[in-house]
Amino acid sequence: MVARIIVGAHYGWKDWLAQRATAVVMALYTLLLLGIALYEGGIDYATWTGLFAHPAFRIATLLFGLALLWHAWIGMRDIWMDYVKPAGLRLTIEAATVLILVAYLAWLVEVLWGPGR
Amino acid sequence: MSDSELPAELPRAGRPVYLNLLAIRQPVPAIVSILHRVSGALLFLVGIPLLLWAVQQSLASPEAWAALRASLAHPLAKLLLLGLVWAYLHHFCAGIRYLLLDLHIGTELTPLRQSSYAVLIVSLALTAVVGARLW
Repeated sequence: MVARIIVGAHYGWKDWLAQRATAVVMALYTLLLLGIALYEGGIDYATWTGLFAHPAFRIATLLFGLALLWHAWIGMRDIWMDYVKPAGLRLTIEAATVLILVAYLAWLVEVLWGPGR
Repeated sequence: MSDSELPAELPRAGRPVYLNLLAIRQPVPAIVSILHRVSGALLFLVGIPLLLWAVQQSLASPEAWAALRASLAHPLAKLLLLGLVWAYLHHFCAGIRYLLLDLHIGTELTPLRQSSYAVLIVSLALTAVVGARLW
């Protein structure tokens, strides 16, 4: 007897897990930044640029960005799925969401490693 | 769901079917839930691009840093910033609550209501702390 799954795309549980894992990553980064701000007793221009001069901090920031984009994709897609019923319109909006998120990512990479740095 | 769990008649005759969300008095966990969505969408549409722009400006040069501080000193900018800070804090606190619920912590009705109130109050209080620092 072959076990056959006949309903559902089954990506739900992966998205559920990803939403929580990315949330934890972002929460840790937030606490890290808060901890640095408290430790330094406020952040001025020199501390701020010094922070971004560390490759480790830039990589941590990129990880935060990736977690944020993944998280935002799942969340926004859930919102569109719940409230936008016409399939064509929803597909268009979801495609636009993906484009915006990829543009955000490119922008972040530009900020972290662009010619201005 | 087995057939025995279904009511005999659906819906019972003469009963109003109330699905107008604005006419239903929402329980507190439902309010926290919808605000989780609203704050998330707000962060996606406004928060992320504004944050990227601000970080870009802040790193560009000491002059750009000073210019950014000056533009954020405008009352309307502070108001916008405060709104986004609230969105982040509410999303953060509500998210922590959901993570605890996933670990089966506080899943009884009374703790569910209490933690919902806690999310609303703590995120507003922290927003007030940030606001006090901004002004």
